[in-house]
Amino acid sequence: MITAGIDGGARAIKVLILRDGKQLARSSALTGFDQQATVTQALESALQQAGVAREELQHITATGIGRKAISFADSEVTEMSADAKATVSLFPQARTVIDVGAEEGRAIRCEPDGRVKDFAVNEKCAAGAGTFVETMARTLEIKLEEAGALSLKAEKVIPMNAQCAVFAESEVVSLIHSGTAKEEIIRAVHEAMADRISAMARRVGIEREVALVGGVGRDAGFIKALAGKLGMELFVPMEPEFAGALGAALIAAERARAS
Amino acid sequence: MTEAVATAQKREYWRWREYDWRDESLDWKRAGGISVGIDVGSVSSQAVVMCDGKLFAYSSLRTGSNSKTSAQRALEVALQETGMPREKVNYLVATGYGRVNIPFAQKAITEIACHARGANFIYGPTVKTVLDMGGQDCKAIRCDGRGKVTNFLMNDKCAAGTGRGMEVMAELLQIPIEDVGPASLSLPEEPPPVSSTCVVFAKSEALGLLRQNWSKEKVLGSFCLAMAHRTVELLSRVGVEKDFAITGGISKNIGIVKRIETKLGVEALKPSIDPQIAGALGAALFAKALYEKELSGNAKTGS
Repeated sequence: MITAGIDGGARAIKVLILRDGKQLARSSALTGFDQQATVTQALESALQQAGVAREELQHITATGIGRKAISFADSEVTEMSADAKATVSLFPQARTVIDVGAEEGRAIRCEPDGRVKDFAVNEKCAAGAGTFVETMARTLEIKLEEAGALSLKAEKVIPMNAQCAVFAESEVVSLIHSGTAKEEIIRAVHEAMADRISAMARRVGIEREVALVGGVGRDAGFIKALAGKLGMELFVPMEPEFAGALGAALIAAERARAS
Repeated sequence: MTEAVATAQKREYWRWREYDWRDESLDWKRAGGISVGIDVGSVSSQAVVMCDGKLFAYSSLRTGSNSKTSAQRALEVALQETGMPREKVNYLVATGYGRVNIPFAQKAITEIACHARGANFIYGPTVKTVLDMGGQDCKAIRCDGRGKVTNFLMNDKCAAGTGRGMEVMAELLQIPIEDVGPASLSLPEEPPPVSSTCVVFAKSEALGLLRQNWSKEKVLGSFCLAMAHRTVELLSRVGVEKDFAITGGISKNIGIVKRIETKLGVEALKPSIDPQIAGALGAALFAKALYEKELSGNAKTGS
């Protein structure tokens, strides 16, 4: 059975194609102005990689903030359900999932079968999402991809007073002017964000093991900071940004079987 | 060379004008007591000089990276052209975000107390609710007829509802900050408010609205409306008792003021003095009272 999961995120569209539980292909594209066109393009590219025709897809499930706009999907599912399903399939021992995307942060507690028990979401404030690191990296004039490695080089932890991304930008500017090393500033950014994410995770209750998914899961500096705050190792998939699409594709397979 | 030209031509839409004022009819040399209040905010700094409790001079400048030099500069600018040397100042009170880093101040007092006191001076004893909308925070303050604080609430965690948030939007839409208010009101009807609370998200939302062919004015109106909603929520948590007044930089933004008034169903008092100096003015009034107390204390011990 072949199914597809499409995750219409705030920053990127992710498509993942599964055959009998095995990944055939993945593709992603930046969420442009015309979301419908971007989704179609990303899907076509994944199909081509998989060598599968569109008609062979038995079920397409959409997730993500933009899921309503993916009109050709057969069904949709919340980000929480998709994340939980994907995480348990990747790490069967995981019971808590932390998902940090571009504009949202989520903490989800899940059952051994991947059903959602409880969750908390921050969608109101950029300080608890990937945008925060992105904005600060821009202010520091470093590439987002460099942020993690740079942060790991910091020799000490300096405090970050601002809680708001807008205020933090001014704070980063004054830190630069006062001669603070970039490594220490980006480390402070990661620590501040990890503070907020761990506080949110504690609200739903942390049950071992804990997995980190979402695009920010690529940032080694953030992983280290969050693991430090939680006092435990985190399970992070190789391509953490595809967790939502994977979960959606797994759910698509369940739904196709049920129908 | 082209780079230099580009820099010179790049307009900073967020940048508001610095200013100063003095009462030339007042002879400071005849004053019995000169009191000064300096409000070093996160975005702007004001210095107010009073002679025997009368407003004599003030300045409003952008805060630099150092609180002490920002305070010094504000006082220098306020005193320039008055011929008054700094040594003539009898008592100096500092307030605002940077108040503890001003070594030449005799005392530091919170900006909440100072804004209430300053608003009482500007608007008179009928003021019972003061909304101070500053650069990086927003405070809803309840006070009595003497300008004493009875209750307050503040948001200093988030740029939504602050001057900094407004600067970000002015820069994004390339509308000079002074024109934001009038531009946001130049619409046939009120647009729906932006749904994002966070200024960072509101920026992306605004870009999306522009792509949908919304005019800059409509986007501004939508942002101002959301900001007013948020401020009114803060106000209603402390409760609004008449009379109501707004202080701080955003009190000059008619687009925000009008929308807050509409939402509250209460009109804000019209200021006779620049409401952005309310904090420094309150500090100067405290300085006057402290100086008088010091004098009477000396008189007692001296006799």
